Amino acid sequence: MNADISIGLRIHRITLLCQLQDLGRTGYQEFGVSRCGAMDRYSLRLANILAGNRQDMACLEFALAGAIFEVTADTMRAAFVGEFPVKINGQTQAANASYFLQAGDRLEIGATTGGIHGYLAISGGFAVEPQLGSCSTHLRSGLGGFGQPMTAGSILPVNLKQSPVMVGCYLPQAFARKSSRCIRAVRGPQSRHFSEIGVENFFDNAFSILRNSDRMGYRLDGNPIEHSGDGNIISEPVLPGSVQVPADGEPIVLMADCGTVGGYPKIATVISVDLGQLAQFAPGTEFVFDEISVEESQYLLREQEQRLDDLSRSMGAEIL
Amino acid sequence: MTTGTDPAGHVNLRAVADCALLVEFENRIAESINDQVLNLSRQLEANPVAGIGEAVPGYRALLIHYDPLTIDFDSLCASIRPLLNRAATVPRSGKRWLVPVFYGGEAAPDLPQLANRHSLSEEEVIDIHSSTLYRVYMVGFAPGWTFLGGLDPRLHTPRLDSPRAEVPAGCISIGGQQTLIGGQAMPSGWNLIGQTPERTFAPERENPFFLAAGDEVAIRPIGQAEFDELSGQVAAGSRVSRELSSQ
Repeated sequence: MNADISIGLRIHRITLLCQLQDLGRTGYQEFGVSRCGAMDRYSLRLANILAGNRQDMACLEFALAGAIFEVTADTMRAAFVGEFPVKINGQTQAANASYFLQAGDRLEIGATTGGIHGYLAISGGFAVEPQLGSCSTHLRSGLGGFGQPMTAGSILPVNLKQSPVMVGCYLPQAFARKSSRCIRAVRGPQSRHFSEIGVENFFDNAFSILRNSDRMGYRLDGNPIEHSGDGNIISEPVLPGSVQVPADGEPIVLMADCGTVGGYPKIATVISVDLGQLAQFAPGTEFVFDEISVEESQYLLREQEQRLDDLSRSMGAEIL
Repeated sequence: MTTGTDPAGHVNLRAVADCALLVEFENRIAESINDQVLNLSRQLEANPVAGIGEAVPGYRALLIHYDPLTIDFDSLCASIRPLLNRAATVPRSGKRWLVPVFYGGEAAPDLPQLANRHSLSEEEVIDIHSSTLYRVYMVGFAPGWTFLGGLDPRLHTPRLDSPRAEVPAGCISIGGQQTLIGGQAMPSGWNLIGQTPERTFAPERENPFFLAAGDEVAIRPIGQAEFDELSGQVAAGSRVSRELSSQ
């Protein structure tokens, strides 16, 4: 680990929507600690692969807004994945690529032009101590991050690799997110708490994402879903991707920072492979849920993992 | 196959999309059912199965995270079923705690109304609430939020019509048949009747957690002055609850 905290990225401009995230905190949900982690885990993993890292290393996650940094290391390799404009010393760069940076370089991430989450990975990773096994920021719990607010003038320390690869590389087109407006989901543990019409409405009608959505949950606007019961269950453990429907019939898709338990019936669960795609949708985006089986959701996951493994190998990244 | 019931009935194994399995026990709140949940969780710790991640207990269900690339759903169910049928061979690890609580002041805005609703004096509410030995059914929602069962029916009170944007850490509140000790500050619609100076979640400590599902909680009512004094001790890193010897 780099003991010199003056080597890294000096912040010139940043917003509170930028957080350090990895693949999340596991093992403490029985004490109420949320998993957290990247909203779009797939994109975070791609950024790490491009940077030559293990896929689970902590990255800076940008939501909507970007940031401006100055490089204070002699050299470093960085990678960015997302639909945010990237400039180095004013020169526009291709996104979904890695870049070779030198001391004094100005790295500018603009506001998004599409999907709302982007990921900046540094080859070797940021120099931070994990808390409860993860670097993921959870502001309410006071867990994760750099141990101090990210403000203009402060430096985000990085672990330097001895000899960073001097050339950038691009993500093969096949790995870029498809702009699908269809989110696949499996029927949820309490799908029988809804009327047949309620379940049909859920899978047939379009929803749009409400403005009061956040890292805890995406609130959806659409035809209200009809319950067959009173809209309450005995509180039970939930997970990111769970779609709960309170008594008002407006679904909420639980996201990375969701609480560990919930007392509303769950009509569906968004599959792991598609949760990151949903996380990319801006408020107002219209989409539909497509019902698939457990077997299909696991087939799709295996296929994704195989592709990511192959990509890691071909890019010479450390294997997870 | 994505669901199944064990031969003894009452237990349902349900696939939750691609990476989780929900083990559902009988659908009511009871110590004996919560014991089954916690027992399965301990059985899994004692008999690790490759591909199983963390297991998260609720009142009457256990959510088991797993990696479908390592173990498929049917094999997972096959390795869990024998654990269900096994008697409680892992001893119960629950501890019994005496937790100080100040009923009153700023942290108890709903105490007068709640007493009024049940035609009790505030002192009677405090007496009733602090004379029960509670059982921790679940820690969840947010870090350190501790859900207690065993609330005297005279104090059962529906949640507020509209939740508060934030309730303080350590708040003691009532929602329906349950009472809870709040962890970190969060939004909540439960009736606030008091506050403990104890911290059920302290991320800066080596062990940030305090109460666990299966523990028991007795309450010692304290006044404002002792609350302030104990708060100071907690801020300095001390635990101000006492462990009682269990029977």
